[in-house]
Amino acid sequence: MGITLPVLILALPFAMFLILGIGGVKMPRKLAGILGICANGALLAISYIVALTYFFSGETAYIIDGVRQQLQLFDVTWMAFTDRLVVNIGFLLDPISAMMLIVITTISFMVHLYSWGYMEHEPGFQRYYAFLSLFTFSMLGLVVATNIFQMYIFWELVGVSSYLLIGFFYKLPSAVSASKKAFIVTRFADLFMLIGILVLSYYVAETPADGPLGGASAFNFIMLNNNSVNVLESTLCGTFMGGSILSWAMVFIFVGGMGKSAMLPLHIWLPDAMEGPTPVSALIHAATMVVAGVYLVARFFPLYLIAEGSLLFITVVGAITAFYAAVVACCQIDIKRILAFSTISQIAFMMVSLGVTRPELHEGMGYMASMFHLFTHAMFKALLFLGAGALIHAVHSNNYTAMGGMRKYMPITHWTFLIGCLAIAGIPPFSGFFSKDEMLTAMYANSPLWGAWMTMVAALTAFYMFRMYFLVFWWEENPHYKEHTPHDAPWQMSIPLIFLAAVSCLAGFLPFGEFVTWNREPYHIHLDMSVAIPSICVAVVAIAFAAWLYARKNDKPAKMKAAMPALWEAAHRRFYWDEIYMFITHKIIFNGVCRGIAWFDRHVIDGTMDGLAAVTQYTSAKIKGLQSGNVQAYVLWYFIGAVILAAITWICLL
Amino acid sequence: MFGNILIWFVIVPVLMIAGLACCGNSNMKAIRTVMVAGSTALLGMAVWLVCEFLSLRAAGDTSEMLFTGSWLWYAPLNIHLAVGVDGISVLMLLLSAIIVFAGTFASWKIDPLPMNFFLWFCLLSTGVFGFFISIDMFTMFMFYEVALIPMYLLIGVWGTGRKEYSAMKLTLMLMGGSAFLMLGLLGIFWHSAPTLDQCTWNILEISHNAAIDPSWQRLLFCFTFVGFGVLGAMFPFHTWSPDGHACAPTAVSMLHAGVLMKLGGYGCFRIAIFLCPQGAQELAWIFIILTGISVVYGAFSACVQTDLKYINAYSSVSHCGMVLFAILMLNTTAMTGGILQMLSHGLMTALFFALIGMIYGRTHTRDIRQMGGLMKIMPYLGVCYMIAGFASLGLPGMSGFVAEMTIFFGAFENADMFHRVFVIAATCSIVITAVYILRVVGKLVLGPVQDEHHLSLTDASWWERLSTVTLIACLAGIGFFPNWINEAIRTSFEPIINALQNAI
Repeated sequence: MGITLPVLILALPFAMFLILGIGGVKMPRKLAGILGICANGALLAISYIVALTYFFSGETAYIIDGVRQQLQLFDVTWMAFTDRLVVNIGFLLDPISAMMLIVITTISFMVHLYSWGYMEHEPGFQRYYAFLSLFTFSMLGLVVATNIFQMYIFWELVGVSSYLLIGFFYKLPSAVSASKKAFIVTRFADLFMLIGILVLSYYVAETPADGPLGGASAFNFIMLNNNSVNVLESTLCGTFMGGSILSWAMVFIFVGGMGKSAMLPLHIWLPDAMEGPTPVSALIHAATMVVAGVYLVARFFPLYLIAEGSLLFITVVGAITAFYAAVVACCQIDIKRILAFSTISQIAFMMVSLGVTRPELHEGMGYMASMFHLFTHAMFKALLFLGAGALIHAVHSNNYTAMGGMRKYMPITHWTFLIGCLAIAGIPPFSGFFSKDEMLTAMYANSPLWGAWMTMVAALTAFYMFRMYFLVFWWEENPHYKEHTPHDAPWQMSIPLIFLAAVSCLAGFLPFGEFVTWNREPYHIHLDMSVAIPSICVAVVAIAFAAWLYARKNDKPAKMKAAMPALWEAAHRRFYWDEIYMFITHKIIFNGVCRGIAWFDRHVIDGTMDGLAAVTQYTSAKIKGLQSGNVQAYVLWYFIGAVILAAITWICLL
Repeated sequence: MFGNILIWFVIVPVLMIAGLACCGNSNMKAIRTVMVAGSTALLGMAVWLVCEFLSLRAAGDTSEMLFTGSWLWYAPLNIHLAVGVDGISVLMLLLSAIIVFAGTFASWKIDPLPMNFFLWFCLLSTGVFGFFISIDMFTMFMFYEVALIPMYLLIGVWGTGRKEYSAMKLTLMLMGGSAFLMLGLLGIFWHSAPTLDQCTWNILEISHNAAIDPSWQRLLFCFTFVGFGVLGAMFPFHTWSPDGHACAPTAVSMLHAGVLMKLGGYGCFRIAIFLCPQGAQELAWIFIILTGISVVYGAFSACVQTDLKYINAYSSVSHCGMVLFAILMLNTTAMTGGILQMLSHGLMTALFFALIGMIYGRTHTRDIRQMGGLMKIMPYLGVCYMIAGFASLGLPGMSGFVAEMTIFFGAFENADMFHRVFVIAATCSIVITAVYILRVVGKLVLGPVQDEHHLSLTDASWWERLSTVTLIACLAGIGFFPNWINEAIRTSFEPIINALQNAI
């Protein structure tokens, strides 16, 4: 493969960003929309060509003896900090990056198309498409990064695209503060990632250039991951507070991933990020950017394997987050928030699956399962978000209280949404079942504790999804429909729904293990009935319970809520995380530290300077009387001086 | 003498002063003609100089300084007008030329007494350019003082708010710094050679002689570093900066924050560290503490300000603290990052102050609580403000990111706990910076319109656009293609690093 296609994959969306961003103001909306969609269609085609060639051509460049190869299609120097710390910008093609190319461009294209209908009447339509292109560019740059620093660069860029898109409705104060929150929380996490990169690359750069690591750039993924297991272990074996340096570095890097992937306790930005337009939530906050943390761990997986302590950390963080988010999702009213918490929970699922992976357990299947779930989740969660967008478009409210009985009015949305719900609940033959089953198998293999815990989360998932489904599509028809009858969305919005629903039905049958595994060797997927049957059973029970509670209007939910008001309230308020953060950031840091320092600066530091000036002025005012021009006074002082001098001379001479 | 291109960087501003003096205050057209012609000529010369410098280096000219020249000025004290540039001073000249160019357009409608304003503005530029071309400490100091004095008048006459107070404070504090500096420079001069009659002001000769006694080096390092550090807004000598910037007119803020504060950082490594390497090795830790405090302290202070100019002044304390912090790390990578940060901060702050001037010119307030939703009213300025903000918080693709990352990676090379702790404290500033930048952007540019009267305001005019586009293009240029600048700076640090290593 030449370098034309890979370069185009990065250049095309960036060029679109510049064209739409600079020229968009003077462009008619329709032209901007068509340009954006066409460029994205071309991008989709190119990415598919690249990815499918990689997976299916069977050339020796891509696969040798069944082992898929890692290729750097190009890798140019962007900047050199030192001889070893060289930052390159390149294009790494390997199974996970090829898979991500497919995911990103597919969802991005669907969202571009959908937005044409959804955003039709919004001012700033051109700007919206420009930002979408910027995001697509950054996300693609992130997944094809050849080195950790390139990943960090694009990591920041997806952060800023997310900021711009969440704050798209910039006149709303809530959107502005949500975008600010998202950026600052993820920036805080990125700080840890930066420190992790500093530590890691500093020690790698210390290894001799003619040693086993070679003289390659200390950031390079292939060098770090492939040749270096023993070398790194021996280089980074020094300890700091009980952990090896490598473990610390990897945990710090993972904290960056926790920020982007909204793991506890850095999850607080994601629910607020739902202030952005719904297609954006589907693209960024469900399918692509938020899985960057998972991708990061997968990318560095060989290093995480050496530092097993960090894998345990990932598992624990993931398991707690998954449960927390699932519980909170059961008590939300805003359907986008339910989906947001669902996303957090599902990403945590992927994290746990990576965390429990060991090469000796089912040939490291957890890694494959995690990537599989990343793929299927991207499709069905985007579907659910786009479906939610269609609902919101129809009733102009985010809350399920404004909906109910929608199945009669919006059949396409209803059926596609149902498919999405079944997929995420893990009902065969929909895609989510297969990937979730593989993940659970991997977790049981590691420890029954993780398996049982995550099965419980899976049951909660089925429950909250169907709670939402029944409350929106069944329950009771909302009386407002008589004034304003909801109807299905226009074709631009329906096509993506139908396409993604079809993918969600079929993707489960992909032999995913043939394409993506931790060691890039094929793995043959087979269903483990001892895991599959219980997980189907709990999902069905959970769905039945949801149906019993919410299919018809009744007072059972209200009674349940009344039975445990404190718990419901706590879960509804997300266990008060936002309040805690508000207290720390606002009361302590802003009012305490910042105001304290500002006061100190004005009054102590500057006060000293002003004080010096005041002392000078005071002294000068006091002694200026000496220069009075009064001759008698001068004579007096002359005599006093002369007497003193005479006295001193006399004393000294004696 | 006039065959040397560097001399013309001083002559052109002087010619501009002469030209302006002939114009008179009422003839706006003639004033603008002189200013545009002069600043364009300076910019052209600077660009030409950079290209010529790079091609000479590429051709294998490895002498420490290029385009050197030296003319005796006052024989009894061995004072020369000695000029010469390396990669760093070339870039500083380019930065100054860009900011003078942008500043000219940013003060297109200055009022009152436009001729006098530009006259002092040109005198200020003369000092700045003269400082960067000099390699003789005495002329360097002289040009430094030439750059300081016009500031008093520019703020005192054309400023806003408590302008007399601020002008006085700024001038006195910087003069206080100069007093330290003068002591340091005299000390270096008298110890510059083994025998008294060989004493020299020439920086290159002094470093070759390496004759300064280590015990003297410690003292002289402190004097010169503090002297320049005051101009570089080092804690606790930074308080002139918020008041001074807040009251200064737009173009003066641009030139002051953009270039004049760089004189401090430039002097710190060119004189304090280069000439007293032993002192630097031993006593850098004192200033690492002070500049480390600057970085975090400035950022925290910026978080609660409500006046746009105060926010940027404190932000400058933080960013310029980073420059000095990087220089004190005493290795090539971090020092290169320091220079990149100087360039980046110069361009970015100039852009900020230009934008604030434009916004203030329309809304007549700088209080962020009284403004909001400017994106709707003046989208061009709003977008520019966001871009400047992103440059400031270190977004990849902008120069700030390149500079900060180079500093962090360089600083991390010092493996002892003391350095590590301060490096990690300094990295925290990337989060605090994001907080105060986004706070301002959220209140000022985004959100609902606060004041009905603002709805009738207009967006940027062509001269304002020209000024901002120039700066943004440079910011993005460095951000996208950092490597050539990086290389030019790295090679220029070789003599300094050699001096430092010999001192151990």
